[in-house]
Amino acid sequence: MLKRDLVIVGAGPAGMAAAISAYENGVEDILLLERDQYLGGILNQCVHTGFGLNYFKEILTGPEYAHRFIEKLKGIEAIEVSLKSFVVCLRADKTLTYFKPGALETAQAKALIMATGCREKTREMVHIAGGRPAGIFSAGLAQKLINIEGLLPGREIVIVGSGDIGLIMARRFILEGAKVKAVVEIQQQTRGLMRNVVQCLEDFDIPLYMRHKISKIHGRDRVEKVDIVKVDEELNEIAGSEFQLACDTVLISVGLIPENELIEMAGVKLDKKTNSPVSDEVNKTSIPGLFVCGNAFKVYDLVDSVSRDSADAGRLASEYLRGLK
Amino acid sequence: MIKELTCIECPKSCSLMVDIENCRIVKVNGNQCPRGQDYAKAEIENPLRILTGVVLTKGLAIKMVPVRTDKPIPKARILEAADEIKKLKVTNPLGIGDIIVSNFMGLAVNLIATRDVL
Repeated sequence: MLKRDLVIVGAGPAGMAAAISAYENGVEDILLLERDQYLGGILNQCVHTGFGLNYFKEILTGPEYAHRFIEKLKGIEAIEVSLKSFVVCLRADKTLTYFKPGALETAQAKALIMATGCREKTREMVHIAGGRPAGIFSAGLAQKLINIEGLLPGREIVIVGSGDIGLIMARRFILEGAKVKAVVEIQQQTRGLMRNVVQCLEDFDIPLYMRHKISKIHGRDRVEKVDIVKVDEELNEIAGSEFQLACDTVLISVGLIPENELIEMAGVKLDKKTNSPVSDEVNKTSIPGLFVCGNAFKVYDLVDSVSRDSADAGRLASEYLRGLK
Repeated sequence: MIKELTCIECPKSCSLMVDIENCRIVKVNGNQCPRGQDYAKAEIENPLRILTGVVLTKGLAIKMVPVRTDKPIPKARILEAADEIKKLKVTNPLGIGDIIVSNFMGLAVNLIATRDVL
């Protein structure tokens, strides 16, 4: 079994910032596990600008923001990066089991930082009636298909929810030559940042329906159309306000939830509603020496804030390790 | 005439009140930093946007290389420029910041890679 002072799970913005900070605070034996074949996490598919203004005082794209941390990591020998390494089991004593090509490894960590990010909420969580035809994607999946895989998932798009990823993807589809028929938001206010409403929707005259919802998705093999209906302040459907839009694709952009299956397995207390660790301090959990940072701790609006708070997790881990000696 | 704009320079998304007389800005209110002033001026006189996208590769480690214009381009040319990006193909390894097309579409901006591609 491998023995390490600090193991960090996830090498997106949170994990990278935590690793660098832990090293800078004196930790000299760090293992950074990443399931993908590249460092950077979801930043790699966020090819748009808007990152870094707070943290670097510059406006960067996602890959450029990630690059700053990747370069810094490369220069630190004390951090061993293990790519294509997928953690499948975590115990309360901080032993973890992970797959990597050709091997099943077990590592015992003295301190552990989980930087596993978040997942998109799904269609099932917002209860949209209809069948299960092809053409229904989470906004982030569509982003990966276009920006990483080079595939266009559809030509006529309706977007459910006005989260930032959905707004960004509305523009992305337009730039790829697709039509975006509508963004449909059940609330009175957009979930995403106003600047994304302006530069992603208004710039391209994409209709935004506030206080509306999709009541049904039609189509047998592929999405064919959706029913849209206005709702009142209690979110009840208003009779007579229904209309239909033809489309071949529905994107779901209704928010994110922290991904914490592994720490749940280890017995960390989670808030059932938010899926965040129950904690009175950022990055801490109910198990001493087991820290959670970035979107796995709570969903952030800005990666800049993730980097800032995750650096704190690295420092907390170093203090914990010093306390053991 | 007062025109309302939302600044897109940073996540604060300040609401700007722009006082315009004879197509010229007299005063900008509501901005929390100087970027808002510059944004309002450009937005009234000649709206500009950074264009980002991906370019197909051949024979390289990743299929799509992310790209952007190194300076903003006129908003009115964005769709045309996005179509141009789709016609490109990269076959040689690139470093982050390397120029893929110089003087892109004659707009005095370069199209650059935003990620290393081996």
